[in-house]
Amino acid sequence: MGKLNGTPYRVVTGPEGLLPPAATIMGVPLPEEGEGLVEGGIVTEAEALEKAAIAMLTRKNATLFPGPLVLWGWNDHTNEKAKYFFDVADEIPGVRIIPMPDYRPIYPKIDPEAVINPCHPNLTISHNKIEACVFIGVHCHYASITLKMIRAGTNCFTIALCAEAGHEDAMVSVPNFDIEKLILFKEALIKVKKNGIKPLYEGKGIVPTGWSQIAALKGEIPIKPEDELVEAGTGAFSSELETGLDDTAE
Amino acid sequence: MSLKTIEAAPGFKDYLPQEYKDLIDDGPFLKQRKVSELGSFKEAIEEHPMCSGCAMTLFIRLVYVGLPSIENTVICGTAGCGRLAISQGAVPFVYGNYGDTNAVATGIKRGLDIRFKEQNKDVVVMAGDGGLADIGFHAVMHSWFRKEKFTTIMLDNEVYGNTGGQDSGMTQKGMVMKMAPTGKKFEKMDMLGLAKTAGVAYTARLAPTNPTRVANTVRKAVLIAREVGPTFIQAYTSCNIEYAIPTPKVMDDARAVEKDRYQFVEYFSDEAKAYWDDSEKERKRLRKAAKQSG
Repeated sequence: MGKLNGTPYRVVTGPEGLLPPAATIMGVPLPEEGEGLVEGGIVTEAEALEKAAIAMLTRKNATLFPGPLVLWGWNDHTNEKAKYFFDVADEIPGVRIIPMPDYRPIYPKIDPEAVINPCHPNLTISHNKIEACVFIGVHCHYASITLKMIRAGTNCFTIALCAEAGHEDAMVSVPNFDIEKLILFKEALIKVKKNGIKPLYEGKGIVPTGWSQIAALKGEIPIKPEDELVEAGTGAFSSELETGLDDTAE
Repeated sequence: MSLKTIEAAPGFKDYLPQEYKDLIDDGPFLKQRKVSELGSFKEAIEEHPMCSGCAMTLFIRLVYVGLPSIENTVICGTAGCGRLAISQGAVPFVYGNYGDTNAVATGIKRGLDIRFKEQNKDVVVMAGDGGLADIGFHAVMHSWFRKEKFTTIMLDNEVYGNTGGQDSGMTQKGMVMKMAPTGKKFEKMDMLGLAKTAGVAYTARLAPTNPTRVANTVRKAVLIAREVGPTFIQAYTSCNIEYAIPTPKVMDDARAVEKDRYQFVEYFSDEAKAYWDDSEKERKRLRKAAKQSG
């Protein structure tokens, strides 16, 4: 465990309560280049990446949350980064990829299997029982509030791979996260598996989530609930339900 | 920045929710959609939390169709019913604090003009009568005095709709509201007259009874704002809750109010008129040339 820089405050998995203090207020510092943050303490970048790798391999329903900065092909760098993102995904058996395409408040309803929204990220985390996740490509001001909400209300282990200064409210954070560091994260995943960490979902690939993903990735049109409706009088036991069961029948 | 923000990075499209795939494949971007095409393409807004039968939502849908370059537009709004729908549109939305919406829009427009010298970036303020005529009045007037080149659209529902029915400056004199039980004491503000006095280049008043007219008026206002100066649209968008208009009668109400006191009017400054006539001629010439070339 890294040095605590004078603060006893630890950024650990929640639920911490409705209004947890911002980690920065509690004295948690940001990591410098070459460093990482693990549960509020400064460690080396390699240690942070290993801790993140172990969490993603061993906790339930590990999920990658790509944000707008990696999801949309708005420049050459993003297009290049996409390949390395999927390289990382391929090293995590059974991983899910749930996008955060933008920051619009999604009302009146959200499909928590298909999308995560910074205004209520806990819905997606809780619905899918996600116990470890990576945020990448999310603008910092939204990432900060999202991480705090997740820590407040769920038991999810959050990892913020940030292209800027990092995030105190994540359980693991590495700053200046560019393509080179994505490669290092992939190598960390390979290394910890080689060192004996057994992935929870060994043998599985990326698990599609949400009907749109399932349709796109498996080439299937999943049955929607309304397709399963049975017209009155045509389903099993229909006549019995209409006329009432005969309690005296043998 | 580039317009590739509306394309997914390689490999990511399969992971997007269907709504986003539809926006990429069949959205309103990079082409001028028409009102007659509504229902045949993925609109910038579909689901929203507005009240059933809300005329404001219909108007907002039509504004999105009318924007001449939706992918290069930033919408600025503030507290009020409208922002509940506008903030969910697939167009960048900036929330100005109550009162400073047009000041925020000024900053955005000036910043965009500095950053994107070769590309028109449109800024449109879309907020309610409370946000623009009452609490945001000073910022609206000063943006007009300064001749800021953006469009201000007032969603005039003549009431503070989502705070319980207080009368606004745009409420009709004598109107009894839930929170104005003795009736409003003063005349409805003459925002059109104020706009004219302040030197607004193009001013229009309309009700959402004619969808094509709404879209065309918005397009006209945004194009004139790009080249000439501030433009203003005052739109009647009734609050069927606070005015107790039965949901199926909302459009009947709009037609009745339009006939009574909300007729379509538009006013051009001399400069705006000259610009618009020239650009209309040019558009006609281009259309003719395109027709001739097959």
